Amino acid sequence: MKKTPLNAVAHELGGKMIEFGGWEMPVQFTSIIDEHQAVRTRAGLFDVSHMGEILVKGPEALKLLQKTTCNDVSKLENGRAQYNGLLYPTAGFVDDLLVYRMASDDYFVVVNAANSDKDYEWLLECAKGMDVKVTNASADYAQLALQGPNAQAILQPFTDVDLSSMKYYHFARGKVDGANAIVSRTGYTGEDGFEIYVAPDDGPRLFRKLIETGRVTPCGLGARDTLRLEAKMALYGNDIDHSTTPLEADLGWIVKLEKGDFMGRDILERERAEGPRRKLVGFEMVDRGIARHGYPIVEGNEEIGVVTSGTHSPTLKKPIGLAYLPLDKSAPGTIFTILIRGKEVRARVVPTPFYKRAK
Amino acid sequence: MTPEDSRYAKSHEYVHVEGEVGTVGITDYAQKELGDVVFVELPQVGTQFDQGDELGSIESVKAVSELFSPVSGEVVEVNETLADKPELVNTDPYGDGWMIRVRLNAPDEVDELMGAEEYEEYIEKEASR
Repeated sequence: MKKTPLNAVAHELGGKMIEFGGWEMPVQFTSIIDEHQAVRTRAGLFDVSHMGEILVKGPEALKLLQKTTCNDVSKLENGRAQYNGLLYPTAGFVDDLLVYRMASDDYFVVVNAANSDKDYEWLLECAKGMDVKVTNASADYAQLALQGPNAQAILQPFTDVDLSSMKYYHFARGKVDGANAIVSRTGYTGEDGFEIYVAPDDGPRLFRKLIETGRVTPCGLGARDTLRLEAKMALYGNDIDHSTTPLEADLGWIVKLEKGDFMGRDILERERAEGPRRKLVGFEMVDRGIARHGYPIVEGNEEIGVVTSGTHSPTLKKPIGLAYLPLDKSAPGTIFTILIRGKEVRARVVPTPFYKRAK
Repeated sequence: MTPEDSRYAKSHEYVHVEGEVGTVGITDYAQKELGDVVFVELPQVGTQFDQGDELGSIESVKAVSELFSPVSGEVVEVNETLADKPELVNTDPYGDGWMIRVRLNAPDEVDELMGAEEYEEYIEKEASR
């Protein structure tokens, strides 16, 4: 198993370690519910160094990203980040990712841990014959996510970057605890917060210092999953993969058909005109039980859909989940049946996100 | 601490026998492995079980696991408090976090289960695997 630069710190802090995407990562330190609530009400700190970083540089950097992704990268300005989908010609996801624009010919692309090699090779393949350099820089960064309403107040004393003027999905280069860093106002929790990229050697010291403020709870992947699910943020491998399109995944806001040609565009154009055949929806349970990833949705003897994510929501204190349903059965209020270990249990489509922070 | 007055199954349930009735729950090791318990599905009073049968399920935030019966018998009482307070399984697994009471069909079965010391050795081996 691969280990992040923060692995020893996670062990020191009593992290319960699991395998995730080929990495040994903490799933929790004390309790998923406690860590979840810390992020919703105060601040939590995650090691997300397993995420991959790919550099795309050169005169045709923008051209490569425009060709391979569905969002409009030309709309990015320096110092801004964008959520985007890296697509196959089938319009299925290679990955979902963040694109940071450093300069008009210099992009910093943050991808899922388990996909970083695949994404890198895909971008290399697509870049053939183009004047662009693609580099897998995943080993050059530790990444920390400080998330929660107190994140700004806690981080500000450590950095020369003015956090108060930094808007959501903006970023800046600067010093954090004396080390060179990229600080972005982004996250995967539905809460305010920052993601901090530093050199691997600088990660452990920064992580410890933030914990030593006494105002930050170390958090594991368990809380990361419940937090992102409440905010209805997709998880690659659960809610999206090579077989799902952004429109099926209810991510129409990152599909910019008007930007020109890109991989999968023809399929997305048809889906936008005719509607995708299925749609990712949020649901709550009508009967008791927790539906989890992979549980079938049935109508009589027919399997009509599948649960992609499901858990107990610590904020709502009830089970929630995401599922693919046929388009004509995806409207809020629709009741459907999930097979939970062979037992038929009813659930109801609800509007999403399940949780939205007060602005 | 593993209570000396109970017996333990390899699937991490305990049974505490008083007379012909055994109280069944999951061990402290099991609740720690599961994490925050949020839902416990238990059988109804009157249900008959053989040793090793699936009695119900325990849902934590991150996963579901089955509850197996460490003994054969009939369910005579179910801990209804767990419907509202499943977290008792985490905070007091051997006390208020008990799950069912069973009238034992075959008290001999209890002897086949592990004692406290044997169970502690067993989980040490499990943990280091």
